[in-house]
Amino acid sequence: MRKHKYNPIILMVSRVVSPFIMIFGLYVIFHGHYSPGGGFQGGTLLAAALLLIRLAAGFDIAQIQFKRILGTPLGSIGVLIYFGTGFLAMISGGEFLNYGFLPFAGFTEAGLRALGILMVEIGVGLAVMAILVAIYDDLLEGYPHD
Amino acid sequence: MYWEIEALLFVFLIITALISLYIKDLLAAVVTLSAFSFISALIYTVMGAIDVGFTEAVVGAGVTGIFFVVLIFQTSRRSGD
Amino acid sequence: MKIVNWLLLISFGALLIYASLGLPNRGDGDAVMHREKSPAGSWGASSYYIRNAYRDAETLNMVTVILADYRGYDTLGEETVILTAGLICYLVLRKRRTNRDDKKPLKAGADAQT
Repeated sequence: MRKHKYNPIILMVSRVVSPFIMIFGLYVIFHGHYSPGGGFQGGTLLAAALLLIRLAAGFDIAQIQFKRILGTPLGSIGVLIYFGTGFLAMISGGEFLNYGFLPFAGFTEAGLRALGILMVEIGVGLAVMAILVAIYDDLLEGYPHD
Repeated sequence: MYWEIEALLFVFLIITALISLYIKDLLAAVVTLSAFSFISALIYTVMGAIDVGFTEAVVGAGVTGIFFVVLIFQTSRRSGD
Repeated sequence: MKIVNWLLLISFGALLIYASLGLPNRGDGDAVMHREKSPAGSWGASSYYIRNAYRDAETLNMVTVILADYRGYDTLGEETVILTAGLICYLVLRKRRTNRDDKKPLKAGADAQT
């Protein structure tokens, strides 16, 4: 990792494997209503797919995929999605984080709760993915890239 | 019914924990720590807590190993004590 | 010194094993913490979750309903903790790349003191 050239075989295998890990992470997030999983596990799988490319191809090439400056803002956006779901339920008449009062037409109250759970899981997954990649980038700080 | 599997997994758990404590090479210690996390994820799954086992397998055996490897390559590889 | 370490380890393990002998068996329906009613006669919260989780949220996975709906404040706090960890790594580990001149005499003074 210090001064050797990056191995093309490892790079090729990582480029093949990484999209499948990413698809599995999305499946874990969006299928969390029916099977074990949820936002935290799916977000960690997405972060693992991004970190695999970062380990195999080096820091500079991986900037094409996920820029380093995006880490902390995307994490904040994820937490804001969670907070905004609860706040949206609060300003439309219910309590904070009471998803039955979300202002979407055409759903029963139980359906509204399922929709609120899905929005919350998306926020959690986005925050966990962005912050794990940001921690990795901060750990490499001050280290000569390549 | 599952107690034979659990006993075998507990024996491997203790062995990997002791190896990762007493080995001098820190990279090998990280690999055994990932094995420890994976075996504990298997124990959670046998006990019926599938969500906890999933989280342990993803976080403990995946991302934590990557972070420790990065930190080892920035400092020294041999343990001091 | 190593003997003291091993003796402490073995005695602590023996203490843990002795303490675990008093726990009920796993999946034992007659244990107090697995009953539907507490010893005082009131209904526990877990029996409410098991009965009403699908009717409240139309979600088959009960763990997701408990984590995201019934215990929403907990998960919000957990997210805040993760965001705080990321921001602290940003503050502690990320250095500024600019070579400013006012840092040099401070560093030279620190070297002179040592």
